[in-house]
Amino acid sequence: MTPSAALSQMTTTAYGFLLPLAIVLPVAGVLFALLLGGRGAERFALAVMPAGLILSAAIAVGVWRANGVLVYLIGAWPPPLGIALRADGFSAAMLVTTALIISGAGCFAFLGNYRTPDGATEARAPLAFWTLLLSLWTALNCVFLSDDLFNLYVALELLTFAAVPLVCLDGRAPTLLAAMRYLLFALLGSALYLLGATLIYGAYGELDITLLSQKVRPEPAVWVATGLMTAGLLAKTALFPLHLWLPPAHAGAPAPASAMLSALVVKASFFLVVRLWLNLIPWPMSAAPTQILAALGAAAILFGSVLALRQERLKLLIAYSTVAQIGYLFLMLPLASGAHSWAVAAWTGGVLQAVSHAFAKAAMFLAAGLVAETIGHDRISGLHGIGRLLPMTVFAFGLGGLSLMGLPPSGGFAAKWLLLSAAVESGQWQWAAVMLMGGLLAGGYVFRVLAPALAAPNEPVPQRQRVAPGREILVLVLALCAMLIGFAPPELLDLLQIGRPVSTMAVLQ
Amino acid sequence: MNSTTLAGLCGAALVGLGLFGFVTHPNLLRKILAFNLMGSGVFLLFGVVARRGAAAGIGADPVPQALIITGIVVAFSATALAVALLQRLFKETGQATLRSAPKGSSVDGADV
Repeated sequence: MTPSAALSQMTTTAYGFLLPLAIVLPVAGVLFALLLGGRGAERFALAVMPAGLILSAAIAVGVWRANGVLVYLIGAWPPPLGIALRADGFSAAMLVTTALIISGAGCFAFLGNYRTPDGATEARAPLAFWTLLLSLWTALNCVFLSDDLFNLYVALELLTFAAVPLVCLDGRAPTLLAAMRYLLFALLGSALYLLGATLIYGAYGELDITLLSQKVRPEPAVWVATGLMTAGLLAKTALFPLHLWLPPAHAGAPAPASAMLSALVVKASFFLVVRLWLNLIPWPMSAAPTQILAALGAAAILFGSVLALRQERLKLLIAYSTVAQIGYLFLMLPLASGAHSWAVAAWTGGVLQAVSHAFAKAAMFLAAGLVAETIGHDRISGLHGIGRLLPMTVFAFGLGGLSLMGLPPSGGFAAKWLLLSAAVESGQWQWAAVMLMGGLLAGGYVFRVLAPALAAPNEPVPQRQRVAPGREILVLVLALCAMLIGFAPPELLDLLQIGRPVSTMAVLQ
Repeated sequence: MNSTTLAGLCGAALVGLGLFGFVTHPNLLRKILAFNLMGSGVFLLFGVVARRGAAAGIGADPVPQALIITGIVVAFSATALAVALLQRLFKETGQATLRSAPKGSSVDGADV
């Protein structure tokens, strides 16, 4: 980025006023929901959803119309003293995805267990669920819009505080244990992150990522700081080998919570890893560290997929598949940095992978929830003939699976194809090989579920309870979103390029 | 060695001790205390950073102090959440460590 372009990011731009609204709206929702309590909280949270959807769509349109990064200076104080909110193409894509998935999971929960019917006694669990859902939304929007290392620390902590109680909402011992393990990983991660941010401030006296990217030099303080911050973020993203907390936490949570945790929460800390290694650290400096991160990602793909193949329970299989799919995201880092010709494709591919995995995984977790409600368990060995009972749900699960495998015409195909072609074009064949292996393994674990589910049952499948058809349709809509991304027109993909970091270090060249 | 360097080394030592305790102690309450020790070390380092800014002639840098206060509030909330979770875990299972639950009961499919 040229200095003049950096300077232009130090004033509030047109449409910039939308950015704080995207954070204020869900926060106001949390406060009002707590005030209203019970049924009022449920209805209020539902009313916030369309408003949040419109707001995030408006930000995406704003980025598109302005054809540049949207900036809002809080209190009109420019950085380094003030805090700037910024939205680029990646932020806009994540904001819209977040709004859609939270609305989908929210409607799913409202049609299911988290609605208090008229006349019934109000319970604590639904109130906790709805306030946590809105808190989660606040924290996610805050992460996607912040550009200040300390502000991002606070946003990440808010996210942890909203995500951990969602894991143990039912209060049973195994989920409490999973939540505790998740909290410890997250706390250690944020302490390491804050230590890194302290060192960066000590070296440069600034915390604004855009300003810092002009100043960082390859020196020990920066290496130690980015190393600590990255280690902390990897613990929160659950990248191999720090993934141990993820499967029990995501598999034990209630279905709508699992969907949000797996689709969105792990992406927030990944988003920050991208900000760190593609926005903050300029190209030749980031070359070697991003190779290490991609190697961990490759290990996550293989290890996570093989473990997913060995699971006996559907929700654990889907959770291990998240461990694997997170690996693909990290393959974007060495490919998308610098001003290379392949960086454009790799950047788009990485963003598409984050978005399409979010939709596919949300659909799959919600589908698993419906399966468990219908037959009373989620053992894969007992799924015979479930396709007869829940045709739409099993179809949605299959569509989500197509996206994970990377088969056309899904969003996962577009993402993996772009990453694959970038890997081949840049001569980094090893990542291409891992991606192909990962696709095959994903095919294996999706087939393990679909084959019995679609087989003709020998005896009638015992049905414990019926599920509302509206919930089946919601799951299908989310899965279709993952498909539709594969048909995204080039103009939409150009939106993702807005704000793509292409800075290179002048001193090293 | 001046007092700023000494404070910085103390901060680093606190972070190291906290990290060691966090990783090695199986008892969850000790882990939470170790996390707080680590946090105190980070805040002390932030203070040293502010002091170094003063040594460079900018006057006492007020930004890190504002950040420390925010950080303390965040760490306090984190501790409160962790302790509440630990209390509930102890009430449900009688254990205060991360020993795994009996095999097979880890994820009950019936819950949705």
